[in-house]
Amino acid sequence: MSTPATEGRRQGLRAPKLPRPRLPRRDRGLLKDEEVVPWSIGDRIGLAAAWFSGLLLCAIAASIVIYMLVRGLQYVNLSAIGQHPIVQSTTTITGTSGGYLDPIEGTLILTTLGILIALPIGVATAVWLSEYGRPAWLARAVESGVEIVAGTPTIVLAIFGLLIFSKGIFGFLSFTAQGGAVFGRSFFIAGIMMSLIALPLVVGSTREALQSIPAHVREASYALGKDKISTIRRVLLPASRKGIATGATLGMGRIAGDTAIVVILLGASLTLQPYGNAPLVGTLRGTGSTLTSFVYANSPAGEGNSPTKAYAAAFVLLMIVILMNFVVDLFSRQGSDPWAR
Amino acid sequence: MGPLKKPPPVRRIVVDDEPTIVEPPKGPNGAGQTVKEGASGLLSAPRKREGKRGTVKERMRTDGLGVAYAGKPAVKAVSLPVNQGEVLGLIGPSGCGKTTLLRCLNRLVDQTPTATRSGTIYLDDEDVDRRDVTELRRQVGMVFQQPNPFPMSVFDNVAYGLRERGSRRPSRAALRPSVEEALDRAGLLEEVKDNLTHPALRLSGGQQQRLCIARSLAVNPEVLLLDEPCSALDPRSTTIIEELVMKLRADIAIVIVTHNLQQAYRVADRVGFMYLGDLVEYGEADQVFGAPKAKRTREYVSGGFG
Repeated sequence: MSTPATEGRRQGLRAPKLPRPRLPRRDRGLLKDEEVVPWSIGDRIGLAAAWFSGLLLCAIAASIVIYMLVRGLQYVNLSAIGQHPIVQSTTTITGTSGGYLDPIEGTLILTTLGILIALPIGVATAVWLSEYGRPAWLARAVESGVEIVAGTPTIVLAIFGLLIFSKGIFGFLSFTAQGGAVFGRSFFIAGIMMSLIALPLVVGSTREALQSIPAHVREASYALGKDKISTIRRVLLPASRKGIATGATLGMGRIAGDTAIVVILLGASLTLQPYGNAPLVGTLRGTGSTLTSFVYANSPAGEGNSPTKAYAAAFVLLMIVILMNFVVDLFSRQGSDPWAR
Repeated sequence: MGPLKKPPPVRRIVVDDEPTIVEPPKGPNGAGQTVKEGASGLLSAPRKREGKRGTVKERMRTDGLGVAYAGKPAVKAVSLPVNQGEVLGLIGPSGCGKTTLLRCLNRLVDQTPTATRSGTIYLDDEDVDRRDVTELRRQVGMVFQQPNPFPMSVFDNVAYGLRERGSRRPSRAALRPSVEEALDRAGLLEEVKDNLTHPALRLSGGQQQRLCIARSLAVNPEVLLLDEPCSALDPRSTTIIEELVMKLRADIAIVIVTHNLQQAYRVADRVGFMYLGDLVEYGEADQVFGAPKAKRTREYVSGGFG
């Protein structure tokens, strides 16, 4: 550890006539005044910029939450949460009347569906990467595959999904018109593409958890005559539960907050429009909306143009996402390595 | 004693003193000669192994065992027996192959991709490479330096080795007697019998290590390998574990790797001194500590280096 002052002394620099810096308390008295070299102008500007950026970010976060809180609470109408939006057709909105029960349901359905698909695939990928990972070139390929999926803009994923799932063989996933044209928009399809958003987060977090398990824990299992499979199943996965939960929650937050996939792949009907009579499957094959698409539709940019409802829905969405981040915090605050002493 | 030299920092540096490889004793009970206690202060330490040992029987034997990590030799042509009814202590400075030797005995060294092994290891006169590795590892248990219970209940930890691979069978009720017996042998039953369902990672460090011993004992091993089992523990837990080792040696052949010479002196009946991959000296603990034959053993046991 070297403070700028001790660094300067080591290099034998002479102090120019500049105001003297305040040394950290523990260093005061260690150096004589003439040994203390003041910080250069560049360092001072850098320090100020670092402080300023940190504080600015706090201010931005606080203003978002406070502004949405004030605006949201002003317009949040508890009864509206329980009401369906009132629509004239599936695509035009009446504006001020109606609630947002359906968007909330839509967000919950889509988030659950997306994470249910992402979780097994993500955990399996992480286990393979962490515990097998051979041949090395394949592991590198899998890693960059995950990174590419993580880096793809969601609107690109959405368009890609529309392209794929409008094909005839995927007709069972969505509404099919009389002529056999597949609509390609449904909860199933949006959920599948949403799982790609959550997948990298699940993979990353699970993998990190697996790699933080010390090697001697694996060896203790081998030393009892167990093979790799049962070690993974009985020791490693239970030990990485917290990491898996963190990844899943982060992924759910991302899904709940995404708009592009909803707008393109969920059919943009404000209310849930089940397709077919099967109770759950019908809903999943049908179209609907989420809080994000509801905010978009009601914002001045959307067709609804009733900002008060947009504020209220945005507030509900923000609360959901903040709650999820809070849960992640809880997971990560408990010690990560129970074997560390 | 002359000026003491520090060991060279890297392996495979020629040392001034040719290693004196001591032939393993012929009979199962070894030479059994009485050794006058030397001037070493070590020998005034209270010892736990007193009186006669039970019947001593050879269970394992290594024959010209060599291990290399990515071509660098870590253990060179080591031949030594492991006897039931005795505790074999392996001593020596860090990085001299003690743990590697230990990990060969249950073929855990196979898990290291860069390791190559030569020579033969026998368990009850059968080549361990010919045996099913699962079966071998049940017969040759191992306890590690860090207490490493699995993230499950105390009961499930001990039952882990008894259950079929990956499954939950046999049932808890069927396993209960064996689990309690193992915990009892490890001297832990009294402390945990009311909290068998509590998470094992909540136990204290010493209890965790005894739980790890119980976990190994549950599958009725014939050989127990202890890799510096006390180095992460407080003196009281260390004492408990040393007494446990003394109790277990009658039924199980025990090999203990330790950096702690006092501990080796307290618990080991026979001692092997490893230096830079060679087994420099092997013999009765009294002889190795009291009248070491090789110069380097003398320097090491008198605290010259290490």
